[in-house]
Amino acid sequence: MDLILLVLAGVFVNNYVLSQFLGICPFLGVSRKVETAAGMGMAVIFVMSLAAGVAWLVYDLILVPLNITYLYNIAFILVIASLVQFVEMFLKKAAPALYQALGVFLPLITTNCAVLGVAVLNMQKGYNFIEAVLNGFGGATGFALAIVLFAGIRERIADNDTPKAFDGFPLALLTAGLMSIAFLGFSGLIKL
Amino acid sequence: MANPLKLIKNGLIDENPTFVQVIGMCPTLAVTSSAINGIGMGLSTAAVLICANLFVSLLRKVIPDKVRIPCFIVVIATFVTVIEFLLKAYLPALNASLGLYIPLIVVNCLILARAEAFASKNGPVASVFDGIGMGLGFTLGLGVLGLVREFIGAGTLFDITVLPEAFPRTLLFVMAPGAFFTLGCLMAALNYFRNKKKA
Repeated sequence: MDLILLVLAGVFVNNYVLSQFLGICPFLGVSRKVETAAGMGMAVIFVMSLAAGVAWLVYDLILVPLNITYLYNIAFILVIASLVQFVEMFLKKAAPALYQALGVFLPLITTNCAVLGVAVLNMQKGYNFIEAVLNGFGGATGFALAIVLFAGIRERIADNDTPKAFDGFPLALLTAGLMSIAFLGFSGLIKL
Repeated sequence: MANPLKLIKNGLIDENPTFVQVIGMCPTLAVTSSAINGIGMGLSTAAVLICANLFVSLLRKVIPDKVRIPCFIVVIATFVTVIEFLLKAYLPALNASLGLYIPLIVVNCLILARAEAFASKNGPVASVFDGIGMGLGFTLGLGVLGLVREFIGAGTLFDITVLPEAFPRTLLFVMAPGAFFTLGCLMAALNYFRNKKKA
């Protein structure tokens, strides 16, 4: 039960994009079309669940026994960068169809701070392996949900007549602010 | 070599990271609930940026082209770790309020972008000045955002109360949605003046 709550909290209550500001760059950058937003969302779910698990393994099986936990930041970013590269090569060989769909988004994920953020948060909260992976999965699902909804709204705004000064980023930011208020409604629903 | 003053002005105004380039958005929105947090984050990022620019520039002829991005990231991560320890030792309160976002300086696209676009192509002195300019520009962006949010949301400036007690506070502005609204409106205002100038 606690594990289900952990996932739900990641999706709604502690939404990484709208309440913790992680992964804002791709959120604003690739949200013009619902299709690309969904592709990015799927790629993030895939990589983030994997990265959360691998980062946990690296931290608890390598850094802690060797007493070099102060290197966590360097270790995590290297793990994520090489993991993304590996996933890209693996998908290209093993699942070309999936690669076609996610390929272009994969390199962008290295600099998605939500991925590194999840690894660091898992470490700070002392989650066990299963909790760490589920936290990564929940957080990534929340990201995917937010970016798809956001892209849907932006698609409709694009055809409307808006004040010229608000074109582009300002309007996107205001939209995100309104969505963030909506997600505030979930706060306090689940206490962890 | 380009004029140092020009490089600083370029980062501070012409290519301001926050308002013109719109990069490094995560810390910009996350830690600007007060002016002090915003400026603290801006200066920490600036310190990392200056050191990373210097070392990337010094190493630019040694680093093979194919693995340059991982090399840059390791350089950046090293300095972020140094800054994290310095903050923990000397400014524990600031470190606590910035929390998670200090280790996340590693993935601030601004730093990697400057390493790739400027430091890997220019000499060390120019790179340091570019780092100073961009770092100050980033600090300026975060500081302004922090000031506005703190003033509207808590009625204080740098923790000193300036609005009378009876004046209502709009708490929303120190919470997550306020960050989006404030930055959106500031950028719209800048656009408005820029369009007017052109016309």
